[in-house]
Amino acid sequence: MAKIKGAVVVNVERCKGCDLCVVACPTHVLALQPKEVNNRGYHFAYMQNPESCIACQSCALVCPDACIEVYRVQE
Amino acid sequence: MELNDIIKPENRVYQKPRLLNDNHMHYCPGCSHGVVHKIIAELIEEMGLEDKAIGIAPVGCAVFAYNYIDIDWIEAAHGRAPAIATAVKRLQPTKMVFTYQGDGDLAAIGTCETIHAANRGENIVIIFINNGIYGMTGGQMAPTTLLGMKTATTPYGRRVDLNGYPLRISELVAAVDGSCYVTRQSVHTPAAVRKAKSAIKKAFENSMAGKGTSLVEIVSTCNSGWKKSPADSNKWMVENMFAKYPMGDLKNV
Amino acid sequence: MKEEVKLMKGNEALAHAAIRYGCDGYFGYPITPQSEVLETLMEEMPWETTGMVVLQAESEVAAINMVYGGAACGKTVFTSSSSPGVSLMQEGVSYIAASELPVLLINVMRGGPGLGTIHPSQADYFQATKGGGHGDYHLITLAPSTVQEMCDFVGLGWDLAFKYRTPAIILADGIVGQMMEKVILPPQRPRRTDEEIKKLCPWAITGKTSDRKKNIVTSLELDTAIMEDNNERFQRTYRKIEKAEKRYEAIGTDNCDFLIVAFGSMARICQKSIELAAKAGVKIGLIRPITLWPFPSEAVAEAAKNCKGVLVVELNAGQMIEDVRLAINDSNMPIEHYGRLGGIVPNPDEVFEALNNQLINK
Repeated sequence: MAKIKGAVVVNVERCKGCDLCVVACPTHVLALQPKEVNNRGYHFAYMQNPESCIACQSCALVCPDACIEVYRVQE
Repeated sequence: MELNDIIKPENRVYQKPRLLNDNHMHYCPGCSHGVVHKIIAELIEEMGLEDKAIGIAPVGCAVFAYNYIDIDWIEAAHGRAPAIATAVKRLQPTKMVFTYQGDGDLAAIGTCETIHAANRGENIVIIFINNGIYGMTGGQMAPTTLLGMKTATTPYGRRVDLNGYPLRISELVAAVDGSCYVTRQSVHTPAAVRKAKSAIKKAFENSMAGKGTSLVEIVSTCNSGWKKSPADSNKWMVENMFAKYPMGDLKNV
Repeated sequence: MKEEVKLMKGNEALAHAAIRYGCDGYFGYPITPQSEVLETLMEEMPWETTGMVVLQAESEVAAINMVYGGAACGKTVFTSSSSPGVSLMQEGVSYIAASELPVLLINVMRGGPGLGTIHPSQADYFQATKGGGHGDYHLITLAPSTVQEMCDFVGLGWDLAFKYRTPAIILADGIVGQMMEKVILPPQRPRRTDEEIKKLCPWAITGKTSDRKKNIVTSLELDTAIMEDNNERFQRTYRKIEKAEKRYEAIGTDNCDFLIVAFGSMARICQKSIELAAKAGVKIGLIRPITLWPFPSEAVAEAAKNCKGVLVVELNAGQMIEDVRLAINDSNMPIEHYGRLGGIVPNPDEVFEALNNQLINK
């Protein structure tokens, strides 16, 4: 069976650090930056475990600010 | 496989819809409004309705909806969006006309316009965001506030003897003959977002087909008003709001 | 439809004139003494002929917002009501003025305050000419005194509203609305096409096409600097209107002993009083403001210049008299008010008596 590899790109300046993508991710890829903030002072989301991403789009679907792009390849 | 090999334009499977522009949305972090805006922008794009969609914005948190979705908009007075939509659709019947209203706007000051527009069977779509509170003015009680729920104007919790009962708008709209599609949805999980999107798509199709009034209620969170984190708000919504406002279609003619 | 001569009520003339102007939509709610506007439109069924939309709304609040929505689309729309209903509409009127939309409003006035009476009155002069709703705005206010003017001011109102992108109101009283007279109805004009609307109203909500940016009709602006700019733009428009659009009728104002200022049906009654005065050897002039806003101040001041006194006759407790005093701006000039309240309309003898008591024999 072909293996799906995924990745997301977070629009850092659009992100408000609401954490909903982190909660929605079934494979625990995402986390909020513990220290770093964007220009508006938000701890933005990032891929903490990029190797686990399956490109399911769950994070992007629930993101209220449409700041997540999802990429998908079949290995 | 390296990240650089995955993150290439040809591999992109999800991105911000084009019609949702780059303006920074003023909504609080985690607010359901953003998700619904995104769904609407996606649908208008996917259904090829860019030159046909006309939105009527409310008074309340979504008052600036017109700043975020790049279609023609009219900003309504508080509660009057269905009256405005009525005229816009009757005068331009080939357009897809929708209102976007919160529960303060629609369920309190705008009840009259909503019920009568639906009863006339106006070929419009009403997107109804129900988070049980007035968000924009700082978290006061709405007609939809649950019993016992603490707000700025029910600081000890909503009481029947003081404030009456929570109002279920979708049931009212489903009861009038002019409505063709009334459904209650949410956007708190990926599956819920997909379902809400197909509900709004159906409503948009109804407007174009002239089938009558469609109302899509989105039971939503207001984490600032509820004084909870966005994730906890979603949990609280499922545990409390869904009992009073159950999910699913109320009418589908 | 060609030009036609008919006998009809003022309210009926409003409806026929609107259809013949090429109106796109009417949204209204029944209230005495103007319900014939909606009734006539429903009877004429213009949606079968010109394609005009006619809708009985659930309230005046809904009606004015339907008109707001229609005008936002660049359509030629109007509503009509009577005093209590017009009070309900004031929020929407303020939004329409602030959104710079061309709308025609009609108030066939009845007596107030409150539910008041269904009998005629001119007590909404302040409401119409000073704004009515919240914020700094004006309505172009046209005061008809004949059924013919009820007909003609429909077209004039829309012409001015579209010229200046501002709402205009026909401020009629219950008498002009209910009385029947001969009227010449103009020939039918075609409704504007979508292409004509896009050209004339590039700001209109017509669906965003690829050749332009999105259009937004709103009165909201939280940036105070921009909001001040917006207000200054409104005021510049009002100054232009004041300069170009003052209208009035002057009768016998050259070398008159006294001057009457009256509008609407009251001006017609005063003409008879002036005849009575002439028989008694007193020469009275009449200024009938046709635009109540902008008020024809210069004409009133000029006519009053060589007079011994001025009587302002209104079906209210004294409203237009404030504009007459400002226009004449002479504390030595006796400026008196005569009016009846509660829906009572004075006859010419009563006005003549008031002239005698308040000015001639004083």
